[in-house]
Amino acid sequence: MKNNLVMGTGNKAVAAAVKMAKPTVVAAYPITPQTEIIESIAEYVEAGEMDARYIPVESEHSAMTACIGAAATGVRVFTATSSHGLLYMHEMLHWAAGARLPIVMGQVNRTIAPGWNTWAEHSDALSQRDTGWLQVYVSTVQEAYDAALMAFRIAEDNRALLPVMINMDGFLLSHIMQPYEMTEPGDFIPPISLPHAIDMDDPHGYGAMSPSNVHFQFRFDMEKAQRAARTVISETEEEFAKRFGRRYAPVEEYLCDDAGVIIVAMGTLGKEAEVAADILRKEGVKAGVMRIRWLRPFPLDMKIQGRELVVIDRDYSFGFGGVVAGEIQARYPEAKMARIIAGLGGQEVTYDDIAEFVRTRKIGTEYWFGIAEEEQ
Amino acid sequence: MTEIPKEEMLLKCPSTCAGCGSLLALRYILKAAGRDTVLVIPACCNSVIQGVYPYMLHTIPVYNIAFAAAAACASGMSEAFRAKGKKTNVIVYAGDGGTADIGIQALSGALEREEDFLYICYDNEAYGNTGMQRSGATPLGAITTTTPNGKRIVKKDLDRMIEAHNLPYQATACASYPADLYNKVKKAISIPGPKFIHILAPCPPGWKTPSEKTVEVGKLAVKSGIWVLWEKEYDKLTISAPSKAAMKRPVPVTDYLSMQGRYKKVDAALAAQIQANVDKNLRKMEAEVKISEGAL
Repeated sequence: MKNNLVMGTGNKAVAAAVKMAKPTVVAAYPITPQTEIIESIAEYVEAGEMDARYIPVESEHSAMTACIGAAATGVRVFTATSSHGLLYMHEMLHWAAGARLPIVMGQVNRTIAPGWNTWAEHSDALSQRDTGWLQVYVSTVQEAYDAALMAFRIAEDNRALLPVMINMDGFLLSHIMQPYEMTEPGDFIPPISLPHAIDMDDPHGYGAMSPSNVHFQFRFDMEKAQRAARTVISETEEEFAKRFGRRYAPVEEYLCDDAGVIIVAMGTLGKEAEVAADILRKEGVKAGVMRIRWLRPFPLDMKIQGRELVVIDRDYSFGFGGVVAGEIQARYPEAKMARIIAGLGGQEVTYDDIAEFVRTRKIGTEYWFGIAEEEQ
Repeated sequence: MTEIPKEEMLLKCPSTCAGCGSLLALRYILKAAGRDTVLVIPACCNSVIQGVYPYMLHTIPVYNIAFAAAAACASGMSEAFRAKGKKTNVIVYAGDGGTADIGIQALSGALEREEDFLYICYDNEAYGNTGMQRSGATPLGAITTTTPNGKRIVKKDLDRMIEAHNLPYQATACASYPADLYNKVKKAISIPGPKFIHILAPCPPGWKTPSEKTVEVGKLAVKSGIWVLWEKEYDKLTISAPSKAAMKRPVPVTDYLSMQGRYKKVDAALAAQIQANVDKNLRKMEAEVKISEGAL
């Protein structure tokens, strides 16, 4: 196998991986900070480097719908979006997952207006967490590339047949240059074989009226697919490690074995937290990091017993709390955690800040970073 | 005479209202399109008349999609079929709400991109599926459940909006003229690129007409000139035979209005205005034909 170390942004890496995966149709609409992904793909197609149909649709609603129409015929498809684009797709995100179509999407996490703000925040993707999509959050350019390759294999696995959203932080990753290995996947991604593709010799109706009992079963089937996806993801990540030497897990652990306090975060904050853990260790604090990569399906085997958690949410569910903290508390009722809300609207959060969250943690409370104590 | 195939592509189990114009039209559309066809249907009457899973009305694949989404779905599907080297017809069958209102953006986008599919709008001039609320295509004076005193605004000129995209093929049709419709669908699917056919589809419960009068009321629409049958290949406009005959001596539009309960609140002044609008449109059509023929 031929490996090739290059410098590139998160956006470029995702586009390069998509080129390797050889989708038949790409339908997309530009939005900052994702645009570079689809510009790159459009260039590959125009230059004849990629044998795909690029559909320059007039909106994100149409982008997702065109992906659905194409995927229904049994071909591999890709799209990319961010923030308002993702929200505009909302109806069709449900449709794509409900129709059990293995669409892969590059999703660059960005704040939601008003006011206009293009910096990183996870509220866009987290507001779509109940659509049935598998969601992975990445933290480096290499991981973005690798996750995009794996996404096609995972989505198209007939045990899953659910769309995959690859999330990366706007600008902090989409526009950051890092070296990465542009691995050629070879036969790592098998040819797509959609069991319910439109077949002119075996005509079926799709999405017609379904009575309650049948509809209920369809919904349970989606949940079964999410559960099966845990196995598919583990197998895929294992196979990827075997072939290409880079190992990933649904939850990336850093110095967790003996840790008394664990920082939990997603995306680039989860990577920064590793530096914070190093700083804390020098101070004698046994700190570790759990970076949640796959939020859907949600990880059920986080080893949090006997540890204190400092959960950082770059998002918020108004009137409730941070989404990630809430999900951990729901799945691990025994969890003892300090809940930190930080980084919304692209607010700068450094590893020193994260270390300070750990030092000053108050278990059972929620703390909004940068907001005066009396307002908390 | 047009030879229309005897083979039916619809099974005998539609849950339409009696006398449904959209189903009558669809029967002939599918006869013209043939078996290598996928229907894309957004939310509309035709999404509920096709039967309940696992049963279906159609004998060809049908892909149901969200209300605003038909043209985008057909775009993706058509691109995928063409990428695979398949010539399968992709035909959207959508109501006036899904076309002229909520679906107009996706439609305009697909037409501008020159996607290769046929979009057919069956126009019953209101939101039929939800029980006859006004749409942009509801005509002046028509009562709907959200215009209980009759609509005070004219019907959106969908065809001229579509015309602005300069399509290789565009036509109007009426469920009451199946041979004309059949021929137009045949011609449309023989042409690559985006095609659009706008069908007037009488709706007995919505128009408040007896179910056995569907064909008659559609014919009166054409004979009065309130609905003109024509086809256009790029700039070349042709008035279709039934309208050509009708335009020589149109019947008064009141003949058309008076047989429908939805127009019962139209008074003499409004009827005169509707007649004036019809006359003006016919003059415009005649002028456009002359321009198209290079005679003006």
